[in-house]
Amino acid sequence: MERQIINLQLTQLIFAYLFVFILLVIVKKKQIGQEKQIIIASLRMTLQLIIIGFILEYVFNNQNPLFSLAILILMEIFAVHNIYSRTEVELQHDMRKIIAVSMFLGTLLSLAYFIFIVVQLKPWFRADYFIPLAGMLIGNSMTGISLGINHLLTGISDKQQLIENYLMLGVEPEKSIAEITQQAFYNAILPTINSMLGMGIVFLPGMMTGQILAGASPLIAIKYQIAIMLGILGSVTLTVFFLIKYGAKTFFNSEKQLKL
Amino acid sequence: MMFELSAVKFKDILLIDYLTIEAQSITAVVGSSGGGKTTFLKLFNNMNSADQGDVFYKNRKINYYDPVKLRREVTMLPQNPVVFPGSLADNFSLIEKLTDHKLSSFTKYKKLLSKVDLNYKLDRAAADLSGGEKQRLALARVMLLDPEVLLLDEPSSALDSLTEQKIIEVVVNYVKNKAKTLLMVTHSTRLANDYADQIITIEDGKIKENK
Repeated sequence: MERQIINLQLTQLIFAYLFVFILLVIVKKKQIGQEKQIIIASLRMTLQLIIIGFILEYVFNNQNPLFSLAILILMEIFAVHNIYSRTEVELQHDMRKIIAVSMFLGTLLSLAYFIFIVVQLKPWFRADYFIPLAGMLIGNSMTGISLGINHLLTGISDKQQLIENYLMLGVEPEKSIAEITQQAFYNAILPTINSMLGMGIVFLPGMMTGQILAGASPLIAIKYQIAIMLGILGSVTLTVFFLIKYGAKTFFNSEKQLKL
Repeated sequence: MMFELSAVKFKDILLIDYLTIEAQSITAVVGSSGGGKTTFLKLFNNMNSADQGDVFYKNRKINYYDPVKLRREVTMLPQNPVVFPGSLADNFSLIEKLTDHKLSSFTKYKKLLSKVDLNYKLDRAAADLSGGEKQRLALARVMLLDPEVLLLDEPSSALDSLTEQKIIEVVVNYVKNKAKTLLMVTHSTRLANDYADQIITIEDGKIKENK
């Protein structure tokens, strides 16, 4: 049987909104509240996707390296902004800088390797590949950094007394927080590792599902999925590594005193 | 001279015109609580940096020294020391590893424990010790590192008076036998009078008396 894409009609799409309606009825009946939030979220999702659909349609039909790069930078900026807003405490200026640099450096290095060495995309800026691949690397790295930074901040604040004890005994600042940084690193990469463990058994990942729905052979789809998962692992590892290596230093001043 | 402080100001907590501490001496720091004694002690290992004025260590400004190297020479025991997870032996070996010391033998660890009146096996969990015992373990840890200067912040605050006397005597003997310098914050004027060469009384962040 030949597989063809089923193009959803507007009426079919409207049927899908029944799920939102069901949620609203339950929330209302159980007096949970948040109806307004649910409606806003549904509307925002619809509007954002319509806009991005038109933008991508235009960019895919007018391949241009500047378009691909502009979208990449926009994604990076949104991701960094998202990390700032998801952090539980107010971030210091130098930590903000390190988060931004880690995100840009980690994701761009991984993306470049992925585009030029793994996929060998030609031309390298081909938007229908470049943008989704960049999006997946950036999105997952953003989650990794958010988890890493939150663990780092709470760990240092909770163990302030122990760290100061170490410093008073002549332990190097980096070693005095080694346990916290190791745990922060592990926490940051854990979702990626868990996702790799469940992949194919517990769920079919988004990229693979998308390709299969678009008519690709599952055997091609799994090759892309394996490659992108490894790319994500690399990108998350690199961004979190940069964050922890340089971010940990911002907790100490030039006199190697803990500043909180 | 081991330390010299000149026109030192630290935030609105401390203001010290001039002070010297001799090498191989025992100095007791006394005064009412909240007067700035701990803040004062932290000036000597650069855990606190003076906002104004100078702190000299061996005739050089304290910030001339790498802070970590300085703290390995001028080691501080805080009032509420933290014991590390693991056994009593782990508490000794971990700090030796973290401060780039050669690992000592279990016999040495055992000897140190008995010195501070902790007659337990080395594999006993440090977390099981009482408050006073943890304080003594932390003191033994400092003696293991064998620094040139010891800064002890109320090292006997969690001990009963009998054990306190015993432990302070152990510290004083250690300092005298090994020609160390000791600065010790204490709530006990009796201990200060009995053992100190110099007694500094700090009230409201200022030196009220230095004798």
